[in-house]
Order: sequence, then structure tokens, then C-alpha cells
Amino acid sequence: MTGLEVYIGDLRLKNPVMTASGTFGYGTEYADFIDLGRLGGIFVKGTTLAPRQGNDYPRMAETASGMLNAVGLQNKGVDYFVEHLYPVIKDYDTHMIVNVSGSTVEDYVACAEKLADLDKMPAIELNISCPNVKEGGMAFGTSCQSAAQVTREVRKVFPKTLIVKLSPNVTDVTEIARGVEDEGADAVSLVNTFLGMAIDVESRRPKLSTITGGLSGPCIKPIAVRMVWEVFHAVKIPVIGMGGICNWQDAIEFILAGATAVQVGTYNFIDPTASVKMVEGIHDYLARHHIASVKDIVGKMIV
Amino acid sequence: MQLLDFTVRSNEALNDQNHLIKVAPSGNEILPEMQPGQFVQILVDNSPHVFLRRPISVNFVDKEKNEIWLLIRKIGEGTEKICSIHQGEIMNLIYPLGNSFTLPERNGKYLLIGGGVGTAPMLFLGKKIKEGGIEPEFLLGGRSAKDILQRTDFERYGRLYCTTEDGSFGEKGFVTHHSVLKEKKYDFIYTCGPKPMMVAVANYAHEHGIECEASLENLMACGFGACLCCVEKTVRGNICTCTEGPVFNIKELFW
Repeated sequence: MTGLEVYIGDLRLKNPVMTASGTFGYGTEYADFIDLGRLGGIFVKGTTLAPRQGNDYPRMAETASGMLNAVGLQNKGVDYFVEHLYPVIKDYDTHMIVNVSGSTVEDYVACAEKLADLDKMPAIELNISCPNVKEGGMAFGTSCQSAAQVTREVRKVFPKTLIVKLSPNVTDVTEIARGVEDEGADAVSLVNTFLGMAIDVESRRPKLSTITGGLSGPCIKPIAVRMVWEVFHAVKIPVIGMGGICNWQDAIEFILAGATAVQVGTYNFIDPTASVKMVEGIHDYLARHHIASVKDIVGKMIV
Repeated sequence: MQLLDFTVRSNEALNDQNHLIKVAPSGNEILPEMQPGQFVQILVDNSPHVFLRRPISVNFVDKEKNEIWLLIRKIGEGTEKICSIHQGEIMNLIYPLGNSFTLPERNGKYLLIGGGVGTAPMLFLGKKIKEGGIEPEFLLGGRSAKDILQRTDFERYGRLYCTTEDGSFGEKGFVTHHSVLKEKKYDFIYTCGPKPMMVAVANYAHEHGIECEASLENLMACGFGACLCCVEKTVRGNICTCTEGPVFNIKELFW
């Protein structure tokens, strides 16, 4: 398939369809369903310096056209990733990108340093937008100053492609985007989940153990498209768009709003083959509209 | 694991709340080997409020007919929608998912305790145990007689004991009150049903030093280990019910 190649900084993607962290495990979970090599990239589960058990059950509540989650970055820590998971996934014929989270700037830096040494790890995604951890996470992504600071410090130790994942739970997402761009981020990805909550009316108890959680799925898509469009016009670095993408039309919509590439998230749970179907759908769309390259329509909404 | 379209061969209402739906692959696919305790994730189409698939345990596998049986209780919009499916319509499944009950490795007395729609995986488990040369016994509980489902199917594989809360069938009370638990000494108990029932069964097993496995039904999003939503707190930490379970030895659980 031609015309699908895009660049995120120096990183060449064979196509603009990637899968979002926290919805795709380490890729291996999906290997029975799809050829992982057909994806532009895979963002693996949020990884922290120390292992984390995550939040108590219940961690999930279905909503109309979406779901709330409060997983809380359950993972076995970066050392376990480097020793046990990286060797299994490093030879997949796609970019494996680790989503890095932490409670302190030092955590992010230490985690990024360990990942910088891995040959086949071309990029990381700094998660400054997880709404489900008590310390750090989204706190870094909701203030310009802390978003800039964590980006600056990680930039010093991570020479490869640095993507910063932004929180939508802010008044002006473009300020944060400009802040991390100024500190050397190669790209921004957005949006992470929206802070939300749900209550069981019979028991009058919250549906999540943490009361609030992150909302994802098609219900957030119009808000995510708007934020991608705003950020596209505010920064020069590439924008990776996500938020409720279910099919190729959704992907094209994000691209027209300004996304150079997209991530498929929650919908992977419903159709584990959705991401590769999207690659074909985008290809056919380009052919039908006589567009030589997907790059030609990034941000090209007609007004 | 596969993602596959199935065609509904039949959809029978067993009572006002429970349906038995039999499905077979829509194409020429032969069903893979499945184990008792495993489940499927059903796509619920065209329902705006139902976003996620619904995990449903395998009730039975009829290899000759290449059919999976699904016993489904209508408890909300998703399961209502699934139960309204017609013969000949398509049902998309991700399957087979999860681990399975441990089949007997030696002779002994095996009791399968199910409550409500939690009896579903016990039928397939009973068949597998019987195929292994051991006759299992079943203890099924429900609110009243009409809630004791598939009785003749169960009786094909072993002795059946029942309890109902209103006393309309079998002994009156909960499964853990049944006299057979006082009269006989079992070597292994398998259980699936409402959590309070499974906790009571687990306590009985603990007290009597009986090995026991329980099948959990934690809320799930993906069903195959990607989202980490369905975790159960165990002696091994928070682990996914969908991949490490749904069947757990009660020694691993904190209840």
C-alpha cells in the first residue's frame, strides 16, 4: 500500500494507524487476531519505574458509547519490561513505543533512561495525563510549568523520538502543547481520557472504587477532534490524535483536523481487528479521492 | 483465540429470565477444543447504550453438531438484546477465553455446585468429568423450581441434588444448607454462581479441608488480558480474571 507513510519527528511510520497505550497490552495479546506488522506502531501499557498493583476492583464501568476506567497504571515496572517483555516484542515489524509514567520528575527521567538504551525502542510517550493515580500522572499534564519541566528533564536523557501525551482535563490544551514543544518534545499525542464518574443508583455507591475515572470511547470523539484541531493550529510539531476512533472515517476525521497519525484505543476491546481494517480503509479513501499521500490531508479540513 | 461469526441455530426461553442459545460457526470452521470454565465475548450490535461485549460462559459444546450452547440470563440491556436474537441471525464471538476448571486427576467424589445462571459451566464440566470415567454429582440452587435449569441435561452425567429458596423443588434453603453436604464427604468442589453463594461454598470447603475451585464473573472490558479492568485481588497480586481466571482455587482468593 502506498501513500500511507508518515513521519513523527525522525520516526517513519509505514502508516498512520497505531494503537493506544493501556488498550493493547504489549501487542502479544492481539497476535491471534491480527498481523501486528501491519500497524504503524504500538504504544504499550503505561510503564513506571517501580511495579504498581493499580487500583482496587471495580475499575471499569460501561457508559453510553464508552467506558470509564480506573486501572491506575498496573504494571510490573520498567526493569521487568526491559528483561522480560522487550525481548519478546522487539522484533515485531512495527514500532513498539513505551508509554512512560511516574509520580515524580525523577521517576520519569530514570524510566526514560533505561528505555533509551534499548536498540529497538525508537520512541517513548510521556504520560503526563493519567487521571487514575493519586500522585503525578495527570498532575504533570494540567499545569504548563510541570508539563514543561518533566519534558525538559526527560529530553536531557532521551535522545530518540519523544512524544508527550496530553490531558484533556485542562482549560486550554494549546498552552500545555506549546509548553512541551518549547522544551523539545518531538510530537504531542492527545487526548488521554476525560475525568468522569458514574453512580449505581440502587446501591447509591460509585461504580468505580476510586469514585472518578477516565472516560474513553466514541462518546468523547467530538471533543477530542476539537482539541486536536486546536493543538494543530498552535504548534509546529506533529500531533497524534486519539479519542473514540472506531473506523477509518473516524481516523480520517482526526487527520483532517490536524493529526499526522492516530491511535486506536478502547475500540480494540470490541473489535480487536479494527486497527488493521482502518489501514485498508484509509488507503481506499486516498485512492478514491486521488490523494497521493495521507500527508497531503493533514489539517486540510475545508472551511 | 478467534474472532468469528456464528449463526444462531436456536434460541429457547427456559423461563422468563433465561435463554439457551445454540450457535455454530457461520462458515466451515470446526470448533476448536474447548475446556469447561472457558467463556466467549459476545458482540451486542445496534444498541446505543451497550458498548462492550458481554462475557458469557460456555454452557456446553456439542462436538457432533459443531455447536456451542450459551445459557444467558437477562440482567440488563446487553443481555436482553442478546436474548432477543433469532434463529439464523449472526452472533460475533471472541472465543475461547480464559482458563478452565481442573479436571480430576484421581478417583474420588466430585461435587459441582451452581446457583442461578451460574449453573451454566457446570453442565460442560460434568460432561468432561464423566468422560474421564468419574460420575460427578451436582448440587444446583435457585429461587424456585423454575430457576433450576437444564435438569434432564444434568441428570445425564450424574446424580442431581437441588435446593430452592421457596422450597418448591428439592430441599428448601440455600445450596450450603443441603443435607447431602452433611451426609457425604467430597474430595473436590467446583462452584459458580452469585458471589455470596460462592463465598459460603468456599467457607464450607475450607472448614472441611476440601479442594475447591470457583469461577468468578468480574466486570470485564476486553476479555483477553489487554485492559486490566477485571482484576481480582489474589495471593499473586491483582490478576486478570479473563486470562488467569475465571476459575481460581479458593486458596488464591481472599474470601
